[in-house]
Amino acid sequence: MAEDVVLEARNITKFFPPNIYANRGVFFTLYRGEIHVLLGENGAGKTTFVKMLFGELKPDEGEIYVRGEKVEFNSPRDAIARKIWMIHQHFRLVENLTVAENVALGLASRLVFPGREVKPRLVELMEKYGLEVEPDTLVWQLSAGEKQRVEILKALYAGAEILILDEPTSILSPAERQRFFQILEELKRQGVSIIFITHKLDEALKGDRITVLRRGRVIATVEPSQVSEEELVKMMVGEDVRNLTLHLTRSKTTRKEKPVLKVKDVWIMGDRGIYAVKGVSLEVYEGEIVGIAGVAGNGQKELAEAIAGLRQVERGEILIAGVNVSNKNARFVAELGTAFIPEDRIGMGIVPDLSVLENFMLKLYYRREFTERKLLIRYDLLMRELEKAVKRYDIKIPSPHYPVRTLSGGNIQKLIIARELARKRRLIVALHPTYGLDVATTAAVRRILLDESMKGSAILLVSEDLEEIFELSDRIAVMHEGKIVGVFRREEANLEAIGRLMAGGKKEAVAEAPA
Amino acid sequence: MRLEIRKRVLGASRRMLAYKALAVALALLVDALIFLAMGVDPVQAYSRILEAAFFSTYGLAETVVKFIPLALISYGLALAFKAQIWNIGAEGQLLMGAIAATWIGLNMKQLPPEALIVLMYLGGFIAGMAWAFIPAMLRANLRVNEVLTTFMMNLIAQKILEYLVYGPWRDPHGWGFPQTPPLPENARLPLIVGTRIHYTTLAIAAATCLFTLLLFSKTTIGYEIKVVGGNVKAAKYAGINVAKIVLLVMIMSGGLAGIAGTGEIGGIHYRLRPTFSPGYGYTGIVIAWLGGLNPLGVTIAAFLYSGLLVGGDALQVVMGLPQSTVNFFNGSILLFILTFEFLTKYEVRLKR
Repeated sequence: MAEDVVLEARNITKFFPPNIYANRGVFFTLYRGEIHVLLGENGAGKTTFVKMLFGELKPDEGEIYVRGEKVEFNSPRDAIARKIWMIHQHFRLVENLTVAENVALGLASRLVFPGREVKPRLVELMEKYGLEVEPDTLVWQLSAGEKQRVEILKALYAGAEILILDEPTSILSPAERQRFFQILEELKRQGVSIIFITHKLDEALKGDRITVLRRGRVIATVEPSQVSEEELVKMMVGEDVRNLTLHLTRSKTTRKEKPVLKVKDVWIMGDRGIYAVKGVSLEVYEGEIVGIAGVAGNGQKELAEAIAGLRQVERGEILIAGVNVSNKNARFVAELGTAFIPEDRIGMGIVPDLSVLENFMLKLYYRREFTERKLLIRYDLLMRELEKAVKRYDIKIPSPHYPVRTLSGGNIQKLIIARELARKRRLIVALHPTYGLDVATTAAVRRILLDESMKGSAILLVSEDLEEIFELSDRIAVMHEGKIVGVFRREEANLEAIGRLMAGGKKEAVAEAPA
Repeated sequence: MRLEIRKRVLGASRRMLAYKALAVALALLVDALIFLAMGVDPVQAYSRILEAAFFSTYGLAETVVKFIPLALISYGLALAFKAQIWNIGAEGQLLMGAIAATWIGLNMKQLPPEALIVLMYLGGFIAGMAWAFIPAMLRANLRVNEVLTTFMMNLIAQKILEYLVYGPWRDPHGWGFPQTPPLPENARLPLIVGTRIHYTTLAIAAATCLFTLLLFSKTTIGYEIKVVGGNVKAAKYAGINVAKIVLLVMIMSGGLAGIAGTGEIGGIHYRLRPTFSPGYGYTGIVIAWLGGLNPLGVTIAAFLYSGLLVGGDALQVVMGLPQSTVNFFNGSILLFILTFEFLTKYEVRLKR
């Protein structure tokens, strides 16, 4: 079958100073017309590896062969010349241009911008591969799934025969995800070879072959029929993570009778000056976890930020423990016992250049017990708190005085959570708390949330990960276009119905819990 | 082959010092070539500079004279820059402080000297704060870019100064020169005998250094300034009143520049002239950066830079070099240091 190998990597090593081997001795082959899955946790080196195949990074050691010929890519341009194309996790589209113009942009080594000329060929490609998008629509008006189709069209138009997809499903709704796999099958049928990066098991099992990466090394290359999910997990996380319960479930609800959070007909403006939340009402009770399911950008973030005192409420009220907190500042809300785990960890959750300790104390430093006359900070006492938290939540830090940006993503998230839980709390608002974390940290974070609810905290959990929502929530609310379009008790909820609602579908006759 | 630039994980302080020393050495080497081209023996030129700036009583005193306003201004600017508030207006704040101090000195001369001098410092402090308060309010409440407003406020302050010395405040006995009458004796700051060092202002500078050190290492406000400067979103998330911090660092840095203005009038010039400040407010920006926004670093940077200024003057006077050579000398040293500053934060590697 040697002539069918379109891409081969031999013994690839990539080193990032000071001490990280992102890839170590990676061997990888891609056959014509196959879907080859790269499976691994975050930080396993998947993206680094494909960036080398696409010429965005250069390997420190090893060789890459394309159709049997040894290549050395200096930039993606060289890779594209070999008919390799990569679609990044975050789309690289110009939002203010039309679909056709975006496709034309890729070929812009011409003096006159070929904005209109591309259309006939584009329509042809759309029909051939079943990638329907209206060519004259402006890109910002498209859904995530449609944008992805535009990215694929760009690749095909440029003549790509080898397509690299980095976490392509992470931003898709369940329905779009299904559609996406149909597209993959069609591409494969037409002879396109696909490298598909994911950290989700069910998606990996849809490929022809799976290569598992862990800490930069290839653990195995297998066919889906040869392995079970459990074996794949073991390969991904290694033997050192023992007793890892992937599927936590709540034995029983710990909900009590007292509502902690009451949201009453709340309207909130989004960043673009139009309502992001349109009349949401919701209650979260003591000891209860309410999950908000929804595709990103449907008002979940705005709702959570308004509860935390970070966003104006235009209409309606938000009550925490009976106190109206609408348009109160973040500290007032925090002092009522609200922990807030923000979506943007680096952008909002930490101050990257300040030390681990200085980041840990962000919501403690002003409190009476840690200051003298509210002016002098008792660093010794805060250090003791940090030590306790580090031990309790198993946070790996080189030193409390190192800049927090030197920590790994998982440890940063644990530090944020530890900080939020270092105070008395009755309400926890968590936005995508496990997004992008490795399996072990994800499990740890979920465990912490369950423990907190057991201790009586009310938890509002916003997540795009339906698996997470189902594992943790007592009730599940679905948000779509700024409204809650359905609320279900977990026992009565079904994945399909929720997926349909998330995508804006009609509610069927499903048992609905009282809000 | 390409250059790779990468942020260092930790900016090691030892490496920082080494780089700064290397920068100065390289600058001196380049300047030596210039001196040679001018027909001046570089070794002799350098020894003159050192002697003039640090190793003669007169020279050292003059270095301290320049150090006083530069240090005061730079401590204040470092405070603002730490919060990522770019106060470019120290020059104007210094001028307004000087104007206020002059007015007090000329119009309250019946007071005893101690009271008058305290009032002049206070007046300078408040005038500097007030001048900074305007752009601070615009920034904190309307998000008007403070770089532009503070800079433009400098021009306005300069025009006010010129209006006063050409107009209502002009000395009637000054043969028509644009200047105010001289301050009376009891409005003049005490000096260290035989020098122009007005030690009361020096003491204020020393106290400011100590104060800012403690502010950042011990207090809630210092911590809040660092958080606001490090990540505004995180500051809001922590419930820090960002507008309050912006206002505070702006008026603090303005007030300190104003005190520097008082010192210049009460200790050196004794009267207002249109060009009494050689741009200390702008030089302070550079020094705040050279000192790494850290009070101790700023102290060292301000002292060495003052020496450079004094040494440069000596070059001109003693060796007969033109002003442009002196400017080149000062400029090249700055350029090298700032370039190497980059190398302490980033790693540059040649990659094949």
